[in-house]
Amino acid sequence: MSLIGNTTLTFSEEQAMLLDVAREFCRDKSPMTAVRAQLDSDRGFDQALWDKMVSLGWAGISLPESCGGSGLGVGALVPVIESMGRAMLGTPLISSALAGQLLLRAGDAQQTERLLPNIAAGVPATLALLDNGDWGDNGIGLILDDKRVLRGVKKCVPDASVADLFVVSVSFEGRAALAVVRADQLVAGALGPNALIDQTKRAANVDFSGVTVDEENIIVGPDVAIALRDVRLLGALLVAAEATGSAAACLDTIVDYLKTRKQFGKLIGSYQALKHPTVEILTATDSARSFIYHAATMVDDDVLDTDAEIACRMAKVQACQTLLYAGDRGIQFHGGMGFTYECDAQLYIRRAQWSQQQFGDVQHHRKRLAALLLG
Amino acid sequence: MSASEQELNEFRVEVAAWMKDNSPADPGFLLPQTFMEVGDERQLDFLRNWQHKIWSAGYLGMAWPKEYGGCGVEPIYQSIADKEMRRLAVPICFNVIGLGWAGPLINDIGSEEQKAKYLKGILNAEDVWCQGFSEPDHGSDLGNAQTRAVRDGDEYVLNGQKIWTTMGNFAKYMILLARTNPDSPRKYDGLSFFLSPMHVSGIDTRPIRKLTGEFGFTETFFTDARIPADSIMGEEGQGWKIAMKTLQYERGAEAGAAGGQSMVRMTVEDMISQLDGVRRDGAPVLEDPVVRDQVVEAIMEEKALFLGDRRARIGHLTTDYPGSLPLSHKLRGTEMTRRMRQLAINLQGAEGALYVGDDDARQGGFWQRAYLNSFSATIGGGTSQVQANIIAEHVLGLPK
Ligand SMILES: Cc1cc2nc3c(=O)[nH]c(=O)nc-3n(C[C@H](O)[C@H](O)[C@H](O)COP(=O)(O)OP(=O)(O)OC[C@H]3O[C@@H](n4cnc5c(N)ncnc54)[C@H](O)[C@@H]3O)c2cc1C
Repeated sequence: MSLIGNTTLTFSEEQAMLLDVAREFCRDKSPMTAVRAQLDSDRGFDQALWDKMVSLGWAGISLPESCGGSGLGVGALVPVIESMGRAMLGTPLISSALAGQLLLRAGDAQQTERLLPNIAAGVPATLALLDNGDWGDNGIGLILDDKRVLRGVKKCVPDASVADLFVVSVSFEGRAALAVVRADQLVAGALGPNALIDQTKRAANVDFSGVTVDEENIIVGPDVAIALRDVRLLGALLVAAEATGSAAACLDTIVDYLKTRKQFGKLIGSYQALKHPTVEILTATDSARSFIYHAATMVDDDVLDTDAEIACRMAKVQACQTLLYAGDRGIQFHGGMGFTYECDAQLYIRRAQWSQQQFGDVQHHRKRLAALLLG
Repeated sequence: MSASEQELNEFRVEVAAWMKDNSPADPGFLLPQTFMEVGDERQLDFLRNWQHKIWSAGYLGMAWPKEYGGCGVEPIYQSIADKEMRRLAVPICFNVIGLGWAGPLINDIGSEEQKAKYLKGILNAEDVWCQGFSEPDHGSDLGNAQTRAVRDGDEYVLNGQKIWTTMGNFAKYMILLARTNPDSPRKYDGLSFFLSPMHVSGIDTRPIRKLTGEFGFTETFFTDARIPADSIMGEEGQGWKIAMKTLQYERGAEAGAAGGQSMVRMTVEDMISQLDGVRRDGAPVLEDPVVRDQVVEAIMEEKALFLGDRRARIGHLTTDYPGSLPLSHKLRGTEMTRRMRQLAINLQGAEGALYVGDDDARQGGFWQRAYLNSFSATIGGGTSQVQANIIAEHVLGLPK
């Protein structure tokens, strides 16, 4: 059993409650009409809705109680994010939660106590990690010089235009460090919004050049590299949770159409060329759900161990593969209708491509799994 | 009174020790991994002795009544024994149709006479059982089976043909689906379920050679064969319902089955260890990036099954399409096994083309034969395609 390894999967009462609440909240507050209303808005989400999420405590679920959170750990976010993925509900929740995790795992007590309560209270934060399009590149291109001035650009920073706080990976004296930058420190024109394939998401290239980082907002030390690694894994897990929810919604959309559209005098759902791939989407989604909740069981506030790393990577692989397949078949199975902007299938296939590129794609993670499992 | 945690643990240790002490040595010929692979007398004798030994030690039929050869204890004991047999990969308990289908059914709805007549022989492996469901023209479309059973006084007269009868040539009894009413408006309502003797005149079996070159199942011909009228289970016309009922026992001892492991499981881990020493491009095969990627996929597929079993027990995480995990279990498990065994051969290099009988074949050609045999599970017991139909219709609610 050693290759299959740890198969623990538990679900706490808190998680169960969060799942119930989040499912219902997302169903009520984020119907497709609301999702579509945000597709070409600047911010990409409804502020009133975000405020409600914050009042439910979601921004602080994974943060310690001492910092204004509920101390449930990142695993407790998985049912919430999965529910949001199912409703295609954007918002900066994932970015904020991950920025919080990065600070929590790398910062000292003074820094976490100063910065985390804001995040728990719903001030949007984000993390700026990518210097180029390669998630496998561990080098850091953005420089923090000896006068504490930043030089360089981060790519595809999620929710950059609404974030008040940026947690930025930097190279400082030749070592990995983090710089916390407030939005009001950015120079005019620093944000170059990206046109994203997934229109429910927002991101921008951010030019941090010229920003002087407050001394108290520089995080250095051996914990930084470990925290960066762990937060990438947690990012993979949360994106996997979201993708799993989206795949389940895509499956529902397909099943609905297969039960209503008729051709040759029969419901198209009776054709096995459509039926059997739809069953494959179901079983793949089932696997994705098993993997994300296994990973949710394996992660906590400590440094992630090998079992947790394996679990997060597998969750990402399974969830992204599933959504890529579901989205792709979703278009095809709607025929001409599937080729329209009006058909919801386009939302899922776009989400699939977006998710695949966050925190490393399927190939990226399988390669690392091979090293972990096969030496 | 239910057993304490400690008692169960002690029992687990006891079974494990017994299995280790008594598990038979390698007989020098390839052993069947499922009951569908019993091809000759040598294998049959071996498995018969082994099952008899397990039963004598009190590790089979543990939850069945004492007076019929069982031990009359809680099913949890049998579940533990089964788990240990699986874990230690001891040879199978081969009398599967008796242990897992006929026996539990007789226990459930049979008369006292039937229990006394059949149950012990199922457990001690004296009486081999087979299943006569499929016909040449009605396999997946089992509800349309046409083999006839006509009541004549104290007897039923059987005419027709069954096929793919696993161990038909070794069996003393058959669970048989036959048509008592050819004119029923619904095809299912014309079927009846029998516990038929095999050794009567008019029932003949002819072994069929399998794709592996070995034997394992038969054609079974019925020509004016007469069986006692009280061989029927339930009443005329209830055959389909009863056949469906037998499926529930698949869930193991807790559901009424006698127990014993019905197949030897092979894991991805086994698949990898057989690659010891195999080289590709001059280096160990597991250093090849393409191979590594394929093996990771196989590991994930196997892990997903384990995790699915875990998640299936959590009510909150199974509200989407309830029934999805249990109903797709056979499809996912058998298809994974088939793909994994195919990969096992693909990764052997040129030796992958060798077969049982070649001295150079890896592990005596074990994986080659195992791959060919894996289709028994993707075809038998409802093909993967039919499984997919069932899931589509019963889980997703798609139209027929
Ligand atoms: C090793 C082995 C042991 C067996 N042992 C026994 C036994 O002991 N007793 C017994 O009664 N039977 C036994 N069977 C028979 C088994 O149950 C049947 O083979 C099986 O139900 C398929 O029926 P068939 O062979 O007639 O194939 P068919 O039903 O003719 O199928 C041929 C192909 O068509 C596909 N197909 C059929 N219907 C549909 C559909 N509606 N939609 C999509 N695809 C479809 C199938 O998936 C398959 O790929 C055994 C089979 C095997 C392989």
